[in-house]
Amino acid sequence: MDFPILSSIILLPTIGAFFLFFAKESKNKSTQTVKYVSLFVTITNFFISIYIWYLFDKTSADFQFLEEKEWLEGFINYKVGIDGISILFIILTTFITPICILSVINSINSRLKDFIIAILIMESLMIGVFCSLDLIIFYLFFEGCLIPMFLIIGIWGGERRVYSAFKFFLYTLLGSVLMLIAIIVIYLTAETTDLIKLYELGIDVRFQNLLWLAFFSSFAVKTPMWPVHTWLPDAHVEAPTAGSVLLAAILLKMAGYGFIRFSLGLFPIASEFFTPLVYFLSLIAIIYTSLVALMQDDIKKLIAYSSVAHMGYVTLGIFTINQQGLEGSIIQMISHGLVSAALFLSVGVLYDRFHSRLIKTYGGLVLVMPKYSVLLMIFALSAIGLPGTTGFVGEFLILIGAFRDSFLVATIATLGVILCAAYMLWLYKRVIFGALINNNLFKANDLNKSEMIFLTIIAIPTLFFGFYPEPLLSTIEVSVKGLIETYNYNLINVVENNG
Amino acid sequence: MEFLILFLPLAAAFISGFFSKLIGDRACELITSLFVSISAILSILIFYNVIFNNYESNTIIASWINSGTLNVNWAIKVDALSAVMLVVVTLISALVHIYSIGYMSDDPHKPRFMAYLSLFTFAMLTLVTADNFLQLFFGWEGVGLCSYFLIGFWFKKENANAAAIKAFLVNRVGDFGFALGIFLIFYFFGTVNYAEVFNQIPQLIDKKIVFLGVGFNSIDLICLLLFVGAMGKSAQIFLHTWLPDAMEGPTPVSALIHAATMVTAGVFLVVRCSPIFEYSILALNVITVIGMSTALFAATIALVQNDIKKIIAYSTCSQLGYMFFATGVGAYNVAMFHLFTHAFFKALLFLGSGSVIHAFNNEQNINKMGSVWKKLPITWIMMIVGTLALTGFPFLSGFYSKDAIIEFAYLKGNATGIIAAYIGIFTAFLTSVYSWRLIFKTFHGQYKNEEINIEKLHESPLFMLIPLVLLSVGSVFAGFLFKDLFIGHSNTFDFWKESIKFLNPLSSDHPPFIIILITPILVILSIPLSYYLFVKNEKILNLIVDSNKFLYNFFLNKWYFDELYKIIFINPSKKIGKFFWKSIDQNIIDRFGPDSISNIIKILSLKATKFQSGFIYQYAFIMLLGFSAILTFLIIN
Repeated sequence: MDFPILSSIILLPTIGAFFLFFAKESKNKSTQTVKYVSLFVTITNFFISIYIWYLFDKTSADFQFLEEKEWLEGFINYKVGIDGISILFIILTTFITPICILSVINSINSRLKDFIIAILIMESLMIGVFCSLDLIIFYLFFEGCLIPMFLIIGIWGGERRVYSAFKFFLYTLLGSVLMLIAIIVIYLTAETTDLIKLYELGIDVRFQNLLWLAFFSSFAVKTPMWPVHTWLPDAHVEAPTAGSVLLAAILLKMAGYGFIRFSLGLFPIASEFFTPLVYFLSLIAIIYTSLVALMQDDIKKLIAYSSVAHMGYVTLGIFTINQQGLEGSIIQMISHGLVSAALFLSVGVLYDRFHSRLIKTYGGLVLVMPKYSVLLMIFALSAIGLPGTTGFVGEFLILIGAFRDSFLVATIATLGVILCAAYMLWLYKRVIFGALINNNLFKANDLNKSEMIFLTIIAIPTLFFGFYPEPLLSTIEVSVKGLIETYNYNLINVVENNG
Repeated sequence: MEFLILFLPLAAAFISGFFSKLIGDRACELITSLFVSISAILSILIFYNVIFNNYESNTIIASWINSGTLNVNWAIKVDALSAVMLVVVTLISALVHIYSIGYMSDDPHKPRFMAYLSLFTFAMLTLVTADNFLQLFFGWEGVGLCSYFLIGFWFKKENANAAAIKAFLVNRVGDFGFALGIFLIFYFFGTVNYAEVFNQIPQLIDKKIVFLGVGFNSIDLICLLLFVGAMGKSAQIFLHTWLPDAMEGPTPVSALIHAATMVTAGVFLVVRCSPIFEYSILALNVITVIGMSTALFAATIALVQNDIKKIIAYSTCSQLGYMFFATGVGAYNVAMFHLFTHAFFKALLFLGSGSVIHAFNNEQNINKMGSVWKKLPITWIMMIVGTLALTGFPFLSGFYSKDAIIEFAYLKGNATGIIAAYIGIFTAFLTSVYSWRLIFKTFHGQYKNEEINIEKLHESPLFMLIPLVLLSVGSVFAGFLFKDLFIGHSNTFDFWKESIKFLNPLSSDHPPFIIILITPILVILSIPLSYYLFVKNEKILNLIVDSNKFLYNFFLNKWYFDELYKIIFINPSKKIGKFFWKSIDQNIIDRFGPDSISNIIKILSLKATKFQSGFIYQYAFIMLLGFSAILTFLIIN
């Protein structure tokens, strides 16, 4: 592949942002420009990524579309490439971004242009995360995402936005500092940060546990895993809708992706050693946060906590390190990316109309907003993991994978499925069913055109891949198989070298 | 043809659900009813083919989940077992669709209702035609979802919403066991396909595993876990609490979902898995015990309830108990036979009671009815036919199936079998008493409704009466016509073939004459007895109630299961959730984590600012201190 196609999807949104930066800030007309430019750029990016998926060779576990450029006099190379796992996350990113932009255009009035620029830069960085094949490059993209997100929460957020923005920033930065140190240590010992080379060389066994923990601290905060999850509900509650969507749909997935790419790939011995810890924390996340979600009175907080529980399944599945568990985790991340995005957008729809996130202010909405009720039901069911939705495919594969590893762990994790149904259906009942409890609600309009579009567009893949997940599964199959083989090979090899 | 049977209801649901504004309410009703009726006719054709031409097929539509060694397809499997279910599901569904046109005529959301009914039919059909456990689970959850929608159909009613969620969650508890069962099956067999699993069963007989610290025989464990799922869906004791509450839904729903089809899915599951269950004596005994307990327990509650639908709901629970203990004693075909006949007379009773409720303007309390048999003559006759069939009055359908269950339980010869047979006989008597109580209190005695003038009552419209008449034909003849096919000694195996596995052929002896005779005698005697107690001489009844106040309250309050669960499960979950949130997340993690770190930084930086005082003499002093420190350091070196 001669044309640097990956670099171009990374750069395209930034170029768009650059354009907008110089667009004139005047009423109405500028809004139109901002709208068309940003939508054009992001939708084009989506189609390019689909085209890449089409070109992608599913039968090979190697990294494809490799690009390498010397940087900093050869100390560090800019290196990008994708395998079957990355491509799905890239498509998720390019799919969710235009939807975010639509929702922003629909509901934000102040400093619209700046908001869109932040989102576009964010998209570049997020795609970068999923393509990078060099630790330093990965770190730059990974941490770079913090800045636009910090601004989005801090500027367009709710009342306690400053507290939440700082909590988010400090929490994630603190974890990442350790990862940076770990990357430096890797560079000093292996003299390269090139991921593919590192896979072949393997990491010194003596350091693996410490390095694993350093990476873990960063990813665990971002996932987020218990007990470093408390930034997430605050960040979500204060973030504007589009911010929540990006945060839940993609930012959290960067951590799961990181676990697969780095923790498993680089430190198999340590991963094996720490698996019980991850299982333990995942189970706590699943049961504990589900119970907490049950008692929330703020819709956004409830969904935020449910995100923690769903990501608990993801971390559980990743560390089963078998075909079903890993594939399940990836599907679960894609599914959660779609569903959490849709749920936060749905809350946004309500917030735009009634300016409240409290459950008790709602009731009986099905009478005035039937279309909304149907779509929300689809997303709630997918969150519950009903067969026929992507949520089921992910959860089922994770649990079946976990069951192969430990009966106890899988049994406890399966209990979470009951709790999830409890808080989701209870939420739905209180908001949508019952009688209309106040006069304000009577005046509500059902979904407008653009809301209808972005919610329907998310509902379609949620259902389609629930009934027919084959396109997703076949994309990741070989890559996951390759990953497991490398993992086991390194595990045995290193053990032999030391034994 | 199988394809059409399955997808016609789905298409109907789709049309009625999304295009109702375009085509109008009446068109929606007609299209859904028509499509499901065609589906029913095709099902009967298939059933005919299965009986006379040994028809069998397994069509694979598409692949569903492929991951590593796990390969699951969407498929339509037709054999004797699924053919029976096809007929039951589509036939009852078609009649209920037609009935609903009359029953729901005043409802503003008719298309949505019809769409749910059709969607339910589709989900139920995918359940019965699955060729693997995962598609079965898909249908299983699908029918649960439709049941949730339909119980909560009148979404303004607080009770209906609560009942809908309760049904979903209690079923999820069952599904928890079911899912673990599927995981275990995949763990041992590396596949979830019926045929592949069943073939490998004999190799697994003596395999032991440790599950959650307890040693199990692997087959026992698989069976027990699957049965937990069946208990949830078929409302067996401990997981039954959702079924009576589900009566908050419209009556046609109760007839279709909560009597004839969905609740029998648990029985179907056990019968479908007979090749596994046959190897687990432990699981079969557990099923027998749970089945007979449910049969008796639900009948005792039905004796004292006053809501017409709840009585029939508990009766359903009880009859499902019969089906389970039939499977527990290995008489799978008899269980299927009772499932088949039960579908007719229970749907008839529900739809009949719907007709009564319709006439009384949504009144469901039988203490506010009475003496209306002349006003609702057709409904009255239909209800009596249903009751006779249910109680097992000689030569009606229930007589053949229920008595067969009791006989086979007795012939099984082991302790649980014989106890089950005696409990079965006693429960049959109770069944008869509560059923006649319902008839007499509803249609005879004094008219007790003060709100509605008796003259205003009138018989239901034709749309409602025709399905009743058709069902009553089934209730009368289904047992007599199909008994040889389902449970006759000679034909049985020609019909069921591979779909049911009997490790030991069923006994072909006859039980003692007394066992055969006692049930019909009790059933017949209970009619005058009930008449005397509930119509002629209510004083004696009051006397009995007063002298057994404790027992009466115990039954009336449904053995206090709901209260118990509230104390054990619901309240603690809420409390723990609140505790985790307020005490741990906010008061420990946040307080000592991020907040305390930011506080420490704040304090430190405040301290640091104190150095920047701006006074020259302070800076000079610090410089002096530093200078002398460096000097000291140099000198010492």
